[in-house]
Amino acid sequence: MKGIVKFVQGNEACVEGALYAGLDFFAGYPITPSTEIAEHLAFRLPKAGGKFIQMEDEIASMCAIVGASLTGRKVMTATSGPGFSLMQEALGYAIMTEIPCVIVNVQRGGPSTGIPTHVSQGDVNQTRWGTHGDHSIIALTASNNQDVFAMTVEAFNISETYRTPVVLLFDEVVGHMRERLVLPQKGEIPIVERLRTSVKAGVDYHPYLPREDGRLPMSDFGGVHRYNVTGLYHDMWGFPSDDPGVVHGLIRHLVDKIENRTSQLARFKDFYTEDAEFLLISYGSAARSARHIVERRHRRGEKFGLLELMTLWPFPYDLVKQKAAGARYIVVVEMNTGQICQSVRLAVDRPERVFLANRIDGVLINPTDIQRMLHVIGGKGV
Amino acid sequence: MALKNYIRERFFPHFWCAGCGHGIVMNGLIRAIEKLGLSKNDVVMVSGIGCSSRITGYLDFHTMHTLHGRALAFATGIKLSRQELKVIVPMGDGDALAIGGNHFIHAARRNIDITAIVMNNRIYGMTGGQYSPLSGYGTMASTAPYSNIDQSFDVVELAAAAGATFVARSTTYNVIEMAEMIQNAILHKGFSVVEIMSQCPTYFGRRNKLGDAVDMLKYMNRTTTTIGSQWIDEDQELIEIDSEAKEEQLKIERGIFIRKERPEYCAAYDEVIRRAKEGK
Repeated sequence: MKGIVKFVQGNEACVEGALYAGLDFFAGYPITPSTEIAEHLAFRLPKAGGKFIQMEDEIASMCAIVGASLTGRKVMTATSGPGFSLMQEALGYAIMTEIPCVIVNVQRGGPSTGIPTHVSQGDVNQTRWGTHGDHSIIALTASNNQDVFAMTVEAFNISETYRTPVVLLFDEVVGHMRERLVLPQKGEIPIVERLRTSVKAGVDYHPYLPREDGRLPMSDFGGVHRYNVTGLYHDMWGFPSDDPGVVHGLIRHLVDKIENRTSQLARFKDFYTEDAEFLLISYGSAARSARHIVERRHRRGEKFGLLELMTLWPFPYDLVKQKAAGARYIVVVEMNTGQICQSVRLAVDRPERVFLANRIDGVLINPTDIQRMLHVIGGKGV
Repeated sequence: MALKNYIRERFFPHFWCAGCGHGIVMNGLIRAIEKLGLSKNDVVMVSGIGCSSRITGYLDFHTMHTLHGRALAFATGIKLSRQELKVIVPMGDGDALAIGGNHFIHAARRNIDITAIVMNNRIYGMTGGQYSPLSGYGTMASTAPYSNIDQSFDVVELAAAAGATFVARSTTYNVIEMAEMIQNAILHKGFSVVEIMSQCPTYFGRRNKLGDAVDMLKYMNRTTTTIGSQWIDEDQELIEIDSEAKEEQLKIERGIFIRKERPEYCAAYDEVIRRAKEGK
């Protein structure tokens, strides 16, 4: 990969990724530890002719990006725990109305105001089930700047492809850590542009009638096709309907378009997992410590492997099951009370093999913490 | 263009109760747009949740039926993205000023070129007649069975104080005047607010013993007046029916209260882009 080398924070890597993907509208509200994303975009977007707006709260920020997306823009907002809670209703609206958008949550400790300047991974399950009602969601994460960049580009591409919001679930350590970032050249990573309808003016356009491949071509608000968008269950014209067939068909479509593509959407990295007896599963900044352990033990000839998840939702059950098949012990490394651990237990045969190595005190889990857990598992005492 | 070309006929009859004022507002709105000769493709209408918010579905523009209280936030995203579009936001009183109160004052403060129409029937109709921030002290509602102790906002004062640069009030009785005000509001460059006092005979009228829709319309006619002629001293009968009016001895004024110029948000952002590109 050739390109400009930068030394930046994770939050700035996210900004670079978003701009690379074609972001041209951002609405947000200041909140630690995500604020730098808004600050950089306030500076960068107008230079590129894009729009930045600081809204009155996170609810409004989320609503504004959904409105802007409908006019044809690539949009994003960025927040952290409390703000992410406020966005949940409008996030559900974007799911229901199938409007592409990217939401960054740089996680801090919760609940409530919690520990704003410290790291946590406590919003994993909120991301999955935060908005009300049955639905599915896509959430991506990363443990280093290069991957923050790549996953941000992915988030836009996936969001446009499937017409659904994508959540980038970073954390305080990843967001604030400074490290090297190589900016890929234009064209090096493919960019998905919005699929727009080819239906001509004056011909009936069905905004919610999927093509054979399941995709829904869009028409920008302000264009030649006037249609309705509503958070109510709606028919192929976007008009409210309480017909049981329409309701059932729509909820199945919204869930299936994501759940049926779980393997396609699974982004991950694996290190020495083939014959691992000890399989560590981790993500985000926690995966950096997990990788440290795995590299060290592997060098000593011990059978340690790491599966670093970069797609958290839809949870890649098959992938985890397959990677964990030969392992004697599976250790999930995360900074919460076991949110991904829960899913891993559901994924694997013999869930009693699954252990949680965590920290929930606002401090980055370090290799020694994981080491202690391995001692316990190995029967060597606490 | 014939007025019926602005509606989506296949979705009629509408779902509003007999006698509801919202159909009259829709009528005024279409007349205003027709008079202005706007292309249907250039109009975006964004609504929230409530009886009033269903207006968008019936009209043949780019229409968005969003979340309770949040219509102005969605509309802000649309307008800032494509400022050449005319963005109109019809809202109910609860939608605009209770759950949506924050977005209302901030949209006004920014002076973004959006037309907000507050269809004020002083009640939450969709959920069955609970008091709203515009019901007023002493009114009856399903959640105020012993009479309401919540004071109400004055939409005109609130909008003006928050920074709206066009503020007007009319009623569903004065439909021609209302259409003209909407027309002026749409033409105005900046955040414009038109409060339209409307009747809900099903809930507000029934609970407050104001009679049927026609009685309520006549009542609105008697209790409002054009700007400047607001004393009701002589109207003894009215003083007897309306305790609030008696206390204040005032009629509610109708008309255009504020019409001024202040930098419009999207135009100001164009300047931001210019400065950013010049590196200043």
